[in-house]
Amino acid sequence: MELIYQMFPIALMCATPLILGALGGLFSERSGIVNIAVDGTMQIGGFVAAAILIVCMDAGLGGASKWIALLASMIAGVVFIALHGVASIHFKADQTISGTALNVLAGGLTIYLCQVFYGTRQTPFFTPDASFQRMTVPVLSEIPVIGPMLFTNVYSTTYIAFAFILITWFIMKKTPFGLRLRSCGEFPQASASMGINVVKMRWIALCISGALSGLAGAVLVLTTSNYYFVNSIHGLGFVAIATLIFGQWNALGVLGAGLFFGFAQTFGYFSSSIPLFSAMPSDFFTLFPYLVTIIALIIFSGRSVGPKASGEIYDSGKR
Amino acid sequence: MKKHNPLVISLIAVVIGLLFAFGLVAITGRNPFDLLTALVRSMTGFNMQKPDAGINPMFVLNWFKYSVPMILTGLSVAFAYRTGLFNIGGEGQFIVGGTAAAFVALCVDLPPIIHPIACLLAAAAAGAVWGFLPGLLKAYRGINEVVICIMLNYSAMYICNMLTRGLLPIDPNTNARTISIPDSAVLKQVTTATASQFNWGFLAAIVGLVIFWFIIEKTTFGFSLKATGFNKEAARFAGMKVERNIILSMMISGAFCGVAGALLVLGEYKYGRIYTGFDNYGFDGISIALVGAANAVGVFFAGMLFSLLKSASGNLQIFQIPSEIAELVQAIIIYLVAIQYAIILVLDKIDFKGFKKKREPKSIEGGDA
Repeated sequence: MELIYQMFPIALMCATPLILGALGGLFSERSGIVNIAVDGTMQIGGFVAAAILIVCMDAGLGGASKWIALLASMIAGVVFIALHGVASIHFKADQTISGTALNVLAGGLTIYLCQVFYGTRQTPFFTPDASFQRMTVPVLSEIPVIGPMLFTNVYSTTYIAFAFILITWFIMKKTPFGLRLRSCGEFPQASASMGINVVKMRWIALCISGALSGLAGAVLVLTTSNYYFVNSIHGLGFVAIATLIFGQWNALGVLGAGLFFGFAQTFGYFSSSIPLFSAMPSDFFTLFPYLVTIIALIIFSGRSVGPKASGEIYDSGKR
Repeated sequence: MKKHNPLVISLIAVVIGLLFAFGLVAITGRNPFDLLTALVRSMTGFNMQKPDAGINPMFVLNWFKYSVPMILTGLSVAFAYRTGLFNIGGEGQFIVGGTAAAFVALCVDLPPIIHPIACLLAAAAAGAVWGFLPGLLKAYRGINEVVICIMLNYSAMYICNMLTRGLLPIDPNTNARTISIPDSAVLKQVTTATASQFNWGFLAAIVGLVIFWFIIEKTTFGFSLKATGFNKEAARFAGMKVERNIILSMMISGAFCGVAGALLVLGEYKYGRIYTGFDNYGFDGISIALVGAANAVGVFFAGMLFSLLKSASGNLQIFQIPSEIAELVQAIIIYLVAIQYAIILVLDKIDFKGFKKKREPKSIEGGDA
């Protein structure tokens, strides 16, 4: 039990960027745009957050710095993903190719800027007290069982992710806007015939996607590291996409999948101290999300769970 | 809309990408002339800022060295692309290829020349297996190959690391690689006159180019692959085995990447690798295939271009230019190829102005991209 209490906060920490990135992917895929640039956007978000945090700390903004950094990373994510929007919404680009271009661009651009600004391939270190720290929620942590699991030694960013899960679920399932947005991902021509502006809807979805993915990168860098470098994101954007698929493109599913993958990662760190798992190499647990996603895709393949028109070039004249 | 030669669009993308690089270098306070010097030095071995130093052939050979795996991964992506598939799984196929080669090199005893060939064949087979799965799922279950390939990339890395650590003799000094492979399996340097690791593996790229060209352009099989890529239903209606084509295309595509991974193990590292990340050759292959318009000649030239950017990274850093500029150029070029619709629009506009009178009746054509 002690071990579970130890693992829970770490699993939540690992799950947070995955959930945020997956929600980013959810908005764009639900509106009909495949977004494999989640990884690239996370890199941009992570870099901007680290750079802005350092600037704000130097300017003496203290505790507000990290929140400014998060906000900046969201804005940077929107600006970055706009490139994807221009290509895929207006210029009929293959969305996978455009996404690939953005992933390459993000890797190059962030490190290029590091070299220009700082003269090395990484940002300077920021002090741990400048970024997010583990905290214990006063009253709630006293609750038996749940208290030590969910409210002890956690990052406030985890609650932000949970909040976004609820908001996303509400928008997608309970508002007319969400219904319209989903319709654009299923059958955009039909949406257009009902007076929905598909281009506008997709732009809105993509901007939300960019903001959330940027935030995901920022959260990752500000909670698990104290600087940004080329391997800061180490492909977690693709795990986020796996989370999205395993969560079957809906918000609550993403929550479950994110926690599941978060635990899979944590098992890797703890495998040596759990008798049952100590024989397995830790690589096995890192491998887990990818294998599970492949299996999940095979199982889901008979049913149509994903957005139907996702990845298709929108042609208003098509029947 | 007029039909444009895809290579013309690629050329425009490349020129804009390079101009962008010079612009960015200037904006960020570096000297664009240094960028030019670094590129020329990597291409010819001639240092424009020290003309007396003469020509250093090592740089040229290094350029060729990088081009070999990149041409192969380019061919891989291009092959799948011709069948209407997007093989983003090059990284995984590259890794399983390298690992298979290491296994054959370390566990099987064969005479020289035959040994590396056996390694390469094993690598091709391993890459083909890694391409088989997304092909199978695409053909019979309709699952998007892009997602499966991305997942398989990471799966390959962790599975291969587990296998390597578990089954191969690990070098006790570093604990991060296997022991060196026997001399009989090593691909020898073409010339020992320079320090460059350019090796006989380049023959594999030439063989790859010929095989690609032959299958795609000269065989009925290649024709049926291309037909599948153009219109699956039409190909099925014409009696072609669409499912088989998709699977075989992914397998052949995977084999190209597998060989590329093996070349690095046999020629450059000379030990079995434990991967901590991707080498990006598989992703480079995507840019190369797109810029090369997915045909053999185009892939060759695009491969030479992108390998030049990769091999220039050392020289760029010497001249105080962040080597990531190479990645930026690459990204811009892929992006421009992706939005070629915009380039075509601009081209049409230029065309239209010049030949307004002559072409007028043609502009009525319906807009079908």
